[in-house]
Amino acid sequence: MQDLLRRYGTGLTTIFCLLVAFWILVLVILPNFSMLFESFFPYLPVVELGGPKDVFTMQNYEKILANPIETSWFGVPVTIPIHVSTFIDTVFFSALVTLMTLIFAYPLAYFLAKVAHPKSIPTLLLLLFIPMWVSEALRAFAWYIILTFNGPLNALLKALGIIDQGIRWQNGVFTSYDAIVIVLTYCYVLFMLFPIYTAITSLDTNQIEAAEDLGSPWWRTHWRVVIPHAKPGIASGCVMVFMLSAGSLLVPTVVGSTKANWFPQTIYTWFNDALDWNTGAAYSMIFLLVCIIFVILAMRVFKVKLSDIAK
Amino acid sequence: MSAGIDLENVCCDFGTFRAVDNANVSIKPGEFFSFLGPSGCGKTTILRMVSGFIEPTEGAIKIGGKDMRGTRPNQRPTALIFQNLALFPLMPIWENISFGLEVRGVDKATRRKKAEELLKLVDLPGAADKMVSQLSGGQKQRVAIARALAVEPQVMLLDEPLSALDLKLRQHMRAELRAIQKRTGVTFIYITHDQGEALAMSDRVGVMSQGRIQQIAEPRDIYDNPVNGFVAGFVGENNIFEGDVGPASAGMAGMSGPHGAFRARIAPEAQGKALKLYVRPEHTVLTTAKAAENSVEMEVTEVAFEGAFISVHGVAAAGKRLSAEVKNDGVTVVPGVGEKVYASFDAARALLLPDATVRE
Repeated sequence: MQDLLRRYGTGLTTIFCLLVAFWILVLVILPNFSMLFESFFPYLPVVELGGPKDVFTMQNYEKILANPIETSWFGVPVTIPIHVSTFIDTVFFSALVTLMTLIFAYPLAYFLAKVAHPKSIPTLLLLLFIPMWVSEALRAFAWYIILTFNGPLNALLKALGIIDQGIRWQNGVFTSYDAIVIVLTYCYVLFMLFPIYTAITSLDTNQIEAAEDLGSPWWRTHWRVVIPHAKPGIASGCVMVFMLSAGSLLVPTVVGSTKANWFPQTIYTWFNDALDWNTGAAYSMIFLLVCIIFVILAMRVFKVKLSDIAK
Repeated sequence: MSAGIDLENVCCDFGTFRAVDNANVSIKPGEFFSFLGPSGCGKTTILRMVSGFIEPTEGAIKIGGKDMRGTRPNQRPTALIFQNLALFPLMPIWENISFGLEVRGVDKATRRKKAEELLKLVDLPGAADKMVSQLSGGQKQRVAIARALAVEPQVMLLDEPLSALDLKLRQHMRAELRAIQKRTGVTFIYITHDQGEALAMSDRVGVMSQGRIQQIAEPRDIYDNPVNGFVAGFVGENNIFEGDVGPASAGMAGMSGPHGAFRARIAPEAQGKALKLYVRPEHTVLTTAKAAENSVEMEVTEVAFEGAFISVHGVAAAGKRLSAEVKNDGVTVVPGVGEKVYASFDAARALLLPDATVRE
């Protein structure tokens, strides 16, 4: 603070502090607080607002436990409320997307940071960035076209003789979430790539060589030297991809099958179709809370500190 | 336990640049061998070729008589100590040291025991559970040596490992390294640009310039009998005279030039080449009267007190700069600035040498 004052003077420092305060208070804390507040009150017609029915209640939260359905997880039949089922699917498949992006991003990040010729890096990064210049909606629609029954992917596979019959990708081959997982992985892989790339760049190449010189095979060098060093980058990439995937509305709406429900779609339905903002708010709070707990647990398991991620 | 290394006609090109040019050297098992040269002379390239990170463009590298071409660094019986040490900062000291054993599938208890033994060997007991960041520069040095020794290499390769240490510690570590080498009997290849380090520690020294090995000899020979002007200049100071060299007889030859006539030693292989006369400042004597031979008049311009000796600089005819070292023994008279004295030297102490060997 003293440093800021000395460097920029009173005027600029005040503007900085006010802008930061505005951002945190008005754009983050206040909306969330208002949502939390609204989630505890019933959805009422305008005339009844402030009336005897407008009292503090947990009924919005209880709605998530309504409507049990019979479904199966990995062949095990279970009876579970429909929204809880959607919720668990969303968290599970977001975690899967996170794993997929990690599997793609780590080798690529290592290649860019340690193997590729420094002169070719700007070109490679540009190639990676160009798809990001197109809006997420357009990219999702592009994948919709790629994955359709008479689309280019099936045509290509048929032409190569890999398949005889077209595959209904959007209905899913393994699960009904296949298309969502594929497109989310594509959309968010760069959010995984860059934190890991930055982390590996800061690793001294001599350490990799030292491990090899001591007789280490490549996989052990990665396991004991490169991955521990890149862990903060991997962790922040995972948190970002997981939160973005779990919160994605557009991709599941565009490419999701009729059987695949994503929790943000459920929330959207409460807000937009049912116009019940109070229940939507309650669902949002549950989703936010559970995702945060999930991330904190994952960080505990992988022994990553919050300060590592903020780097 | 230790192996010899043979470099046979080894060349290494980076694009059009030839980093190492036709290197031939045979290093004996258990020898402490240093490559000495200025930065960019190719010495680190040689080290990286021996350890396997670079393959030679031409020629063969043999360790213990076995050609190493195509053998990856993790398969070679060598251990490299990096200039920046490259310790693993996220592992405690004992895991750093036993990493090579972990790779070889040694169980944890044995690794721990071995790490503690090695810490004792490098005089750092009780550091097993510390982290790298908690150690001082000299201690990190010892850990790096222990880590390399843990894999029981036949050859240790050291890439200027002492350059980051301060003077006192560097001198201490020199003696330590030499002692460890004697104790373990492992062949050491040591890379340095510090001639004092190379001369003090090595059994033999290879002096390099521009990718070529200029001379391979014992330290004393390198200093007393350099084969060319580059070696003479790199391992110490010189007074240099130009002139026309006369015919040689009994290993001596005369030279006459703008500073008078001299007589000096000449090597048989140097005859017929363009030569200059080199003589060390500590072999240059200052007298008030002209000596019988090899004597040049100079005016003293600077007297620098160095402690054990006094360095006297002067200018002779035609702006020729000369220097002499006078022992600080309290007996020898030191001339003052502005005095005219004669700088003389013994013909047996002066050498007629060609310039450095460069590629044609």
